[in-house]
Amino acid sequence: MSAILIIEQILNGLQFGVMLFLMAAGLTLIFGVMGLINLAHGSLYMVGAFAAASMAGLTGSFFIGLLAALIAAALAGAIIEIVVIRRLYKAAHLDQVLATFALILIFSEGTRWLFGSFPLFLEIPKLLSGPISLPGGIQYPLYRLSLIAIGLAVALGLWALIEKTRIGIQIRAGENDREMIAALGVDISKLYTLVFALGAALAGTAGALVGAIQSVQVGMGEPVLILAFVVIVIGGIGSIRGAFIGALLVGLTDTLGGVFLPELLKLFMETGSAQKTGSAFASMGIYILMGGVLIWKPTGLFGARA
Amino acid sequence: MNKFLMATAALALGATTAVADVKIGMITTLSGGGAGLGIDVRDGFMLAVAQSGRSDIDVVIEDDQRKPDIAVQLSDKMIQSERVDIMTGIIWSNLAMAVVPAVTNQNVFYLSPNAGPSPLAGRGCHENYFNVAWQNDNLHEAAGAYANSAGYKNSFIMAPNYPAGQDALTGYKRFHTGDLAGEVFTKLGQTDYAAEIAQIRASGADSVYFFLPGGMGISFLKQYADSGIDIPVVGPAFSFDQGILQAVGAAALGVVNTSQWNKDIDNPTNAAFVETFQAAYGRLPSLYASQGFDTANLLISALETAHPSDADSFRNALRAANFDSTRGKFAFGPNHHPIQTIYAREVIQEGDVFTNKIIGVAFENHSDAYAGDCKM
Repeated sequence: MSAILIIEQILNGLQFGVMLFLMAAGLTLIFGVMGLINLAHGSLYMVGAFAAASMAGLTGSFFIGLLAALIAAALAGAIIEIVVIRRLYKAAHLDQVLATFALILIFSEGTRWLFGSFPLFLEIPKLLSGPISLPGGIQYPLYRLSLIAIGLAVALGLWALIEKTRIGIQIRAGENDREMIAALGVDISKLYTLVFALGAALAGTAGALVGAIQSVQVGMGEPVLILAFVVIVIGGIGSIRGAFIGALLVGLTDTLGGVFLPELLKLFMETGSAQKTGSAFASMGIYILMGGVLIWKPTGLFGARA
Repeated sequence: MNKFLMATAALALGATTAVADVKIGMITTLSGGGAGLGIDVRDGFMLAVAQSGRSDIDVVIEDDQRKPDIAVQLSDKMIQSERVDIMTGIIWSNLAMAVVPAVTNQNVFYLSPNAGPSPLAGRGCHENYFNVAWQNDNLHEAAGAYANSAGYKNSFIMAPNYPAGQDALTGYKRFHTGDLAGEVFTKLGQTDYAAEIAQIRASGADSVYFFLPGGMGISFLKQYADSGIDIPVVGPAFSFDQGILQAVGAAALGVVNTSQWNKDIDNPTNAAFVETFQAAYGRLPSLYASQGFDTANLLISALETAHPSDADSFRNALRAANFDSTRGKFAFGPNHHPIQTIYAREVIQEGDVFTNKIIGVAFENHSDAYAGDCKM
């Protein structure tokens, strides 16, 4: 196991982490501000990927596709907020889960109806394709490096939005006391639609960015959704900073665990079964991490409420 | 003379009572992530039924959503209330294991158009179970054999950590004589392979073998192509079928994969199949579609001889496999699994469409490793 391989795997973990952050940020914002558990967040990720793939297919430009993903997901988010979600804010969490689960089914079958059952094609833009050489002789795909950069830039932008702008102040106030900011004359329902659309746009962007290196297919959002929930539980529900730290922790644990656990077990057992056991344990890694964090800090790393 | 007598008898019967219809129950995956496969099997099957011109074949189609519990419910319903004579359609091995033994034990025939788990080929074989596709290990074994003939001596092999994935690597190793540069089990449903690709780069392998069906394979191939590694890749046809290739794009070009079928196998049945399938559905058929088509034609050929209610005659007619397969020569082994040729194909581009071309033969008349355990 060389140093180059270790550095490469850490970069992989970072890249996975920042993409998870884009998903988790929206999820945690929506939960923090509106108190809503949105299972359909994975569907918005899928909407982004499909919008990007079809627009990129039509125009031949990945970047137009990316823009389309952002717009389509934000629109889809705003529409479901106005049509469905708005009725759920006062409902019990179980009703929210049920209704947003129904939205998953509607989005999945709707997408299949529109695009068919076969996966769509979305390619890495020429500009960013292929590997580049990093100092130390590491060959690393340029696209993945770009994903890390984009993820970090979005995180910075979100931080600025929440901490430095008027809308950010309203969002933070909404998290703390929604009656009070309504009484102060802020149009709370407009604010909710905006936050929901923002979360959706982040998910859609993640879907489009990741869609270029993965398979754009119906149901692609649900596995990511589960990880995003793990992230926000670790980070503390409602906290953007928590989502960022949590996403990086989950990304690194998942990637490094999958590589190094089997290697470690090979010291004790023969290769084949070390692989099988190691990869089985590695897939538990993030849940063990979550359990550990919750024992230590029951509200998550940066969670305010119990 | 005998035939003449039978014909007149049938005519006489037909005049008084209607000839007994045949009811077929098809349980396959038509929604969710794996729907492309089930849709292809269904379309291939129904094309053959339509072409036979027989109006006495009644096919009941249900969607299992890739869930074993739903498949079991559907099969109970089909056997008990629909009273089907024959069942078919299941794509996934875990669903087949949940459904097939119960079906065959109730004296209903089961013809598998896809899944071929090893227990059903070995100790758990059954006289009413026929597999028209392959035993699960077959295409992986062929890949191992191909790697030998291509001169690969140090393979990096990779599959998801679940029974079919473990069988895949076992199948490859059964025939590959070289060393292993690495052996990795990934998570089922994993979409990011950056970590594995880094391991491949560091392993010093001269070839990569992977079994990652469906979306997993699409993700891996796109990421592998972008990593700049130029170690040759070999895989089974499952990651290179017609439905997937368009989503992988140029990243799959030149990859060698093993399959029992391809659209350029030169026989009249296959040529007609490819042409009529395209005309009927507006897309190229995949190997799954060819398996559905062959399953239906096998069934129809057996119906020419006997009705399934005459179980012994019908079973013998199936065993004879007296039909024109899209794969050319086709026969059943003692465990009712195919003995067939398995080809090596290469991914090519024809105009805008990515597809496969046969470049060689991996096995001729290949059976499976479990036939010896089958006592029927």
